Amino acid sequence: MNTFDYFRPTTISEAVAAAAEPGAAYLAAGTNLLDLMKGGVARPSRLVDVNHLPGLDQIEHLPAGGVRIGALVRNADLAHDPDFAQRFPAVAEALLSGASAQLRNAATVGGNLLQRTRCGYFYDTASACNKREPGAGCEARGGDTGLHAVLGWTESCIATNPSDFCVPLVALDAIVEIEGKAGRREVPLESFHRLPGDAPERDSVLEPGELIVAVRLPAEAAPFAAHARYLKVRERTSYAFAVVSAAAALRINGSAVVEARIALGGVALKPWRARAAEEMLVGERSVETAFRRAAELALADAKPSGDNNFKIVLARGIVVRALALAAAGTPERTPALPASPFAHNPGALLNV
Amino acid sequence: MSFSISLTVNGAARKVAFDDPRVTLLDLLRERLDLTGAKKGCDRGQCGACTILIDGRRINSCLALALSHDGADLLTIEGLARGDALHPVQAAFIAHDSFQCGFCTPGQIMSAVGLIQEGQAGHDPERVREGMSGNLCRCGAYVDIADAVLDAQKRLTKLDRKQVA
Repeated sequence: MNTFDYFRPTTISEAVAAAAEPGAAYLAAGTNLLDLMKGGVARPSRLVDVNHLPGLDQIEHLPAGGVRIGALVRNADLAHDPDFAQRFPAVAEALLSGASAQLRNAATVGGNLLQRTRCGYFYDTASACNKREPGAGCEARGGDTGLHAVLGWTESCIATNPSDFCVPLVALDAIVEIEGKAGRREVPLESFHRLPGDAPERDSVLEPGELIVAVRLPAEAAPFAAHARYLKVRERTSYAFAVVSAAAALRINGSAVVEARIALGGVALKPWRARAAEEMLVGERSVETAFRRAAELALADAKPSGDNNFKIVLARGIVVRALALAAAGTPERTPALPASPFAHNPGALLNV
Repeated sequence: MSFSISLTVNGAARKVAFDDPRVTLLDLLRERLDLTGAKKGCDRGQCGACTILIDGRRINSCLALALSHDGADLLTIEGLARGDALHPVQAAFIAHDSFQCGFCTPGQIMSAVGLIQEGQAGHDPERVREGMSGNLCRCGAYVDIADAVLDAQKRLTKLDRKQVA
């Protein structure tokens, strides 16, 4: 690991000024950053430790029905907040399906949004990677692509965003509150992460020094609570990143879908909102045939980035299953195996 | 550059000086405080062998920068027993033969103590297994580890009841 200057600001403006300097990086829990630094993938010359900034660790339930989550709220604290878990169950389930209990106790909300891809070629400094070193090439192309993109990728980068948390958040129209040199701005989470485009090295729209201070879920996200699930296929049942995942949230009147939200994880460099599929479902009966058509639409633009055509088939199945589980109703308590297709679900749904 | 932080380690106040900002809590415990119970397995947050409690919460000490934890209260495997009396989780690991080589055991035990304090798993074996998935055991003692955690949890629940009564 390269050595670095350590700076602990006492105010947000002090933090922003310090982090705007070239080579600086914010440190929250460090569960991803320290790992990247140990591997020589990230080499910041200065760490700006935001752990002790006041006022960023609150979960505020807003009067209109939304929630504002401070950037330093730890993943476990958010997932186990009873009010939050009851009102946004798919978000809690996604959080609990990620990482391990130890990591969830440390990792922060802001840090989750900023975690880097888990592409093995990005992590391996002996491999060419345009994200790590712009212009170097992409050795993932033609490589082992089980965790790689099938949507929104380019020849220069086929990595995926590894977050579980962000998938239901993007489905529920979360807003990111950002503090920078020019003051505060807000960005919808859906526009926060970048597709590779012509600058695969840039993960998000953050400018130098900009700090995530909170993530907000609007009041409109709450009415989905009765029919909201997150489902994640991994190479093992626990403590693994998603091969593909899906968040599904429905508002149902009788047997008719009033409103649908669908987002996919593990398929692109950002959490992937499937708006065409959502629109198609409005007014449909909440039955498997409709869910299958929605899944077709959600993956309509997908193409393999390597030997990973299986992910497209898998993602369709997971969208159908997530919708079916959401339609069946949010369980009273997060399942023992959160987001697992192997959790004990009502039998009929297992055949979807 | 030299740095100094104050910690409570297993109940005792410690002031630790070091000269490198890269020092993690795991390095600090093992190299500076001679507390080698927490193990450096992967050093990348993947194996759980370095699990300790910080302010009552289980975390991977290999991914915790020491400088960031000035003032923290740490509990390691060395601070678990009361004299010769083992902690109920330690006793349960022995009773259930929950280890072979022993390398992962301090992390497993600290993780189990954290899991029981969190109170989310209850007596559900599936929730216990899921809650312990951040601790790898290359000998494959998982079945006996889960049994020990469930057993220790029962004993601790009984102890709690007695203390309340």
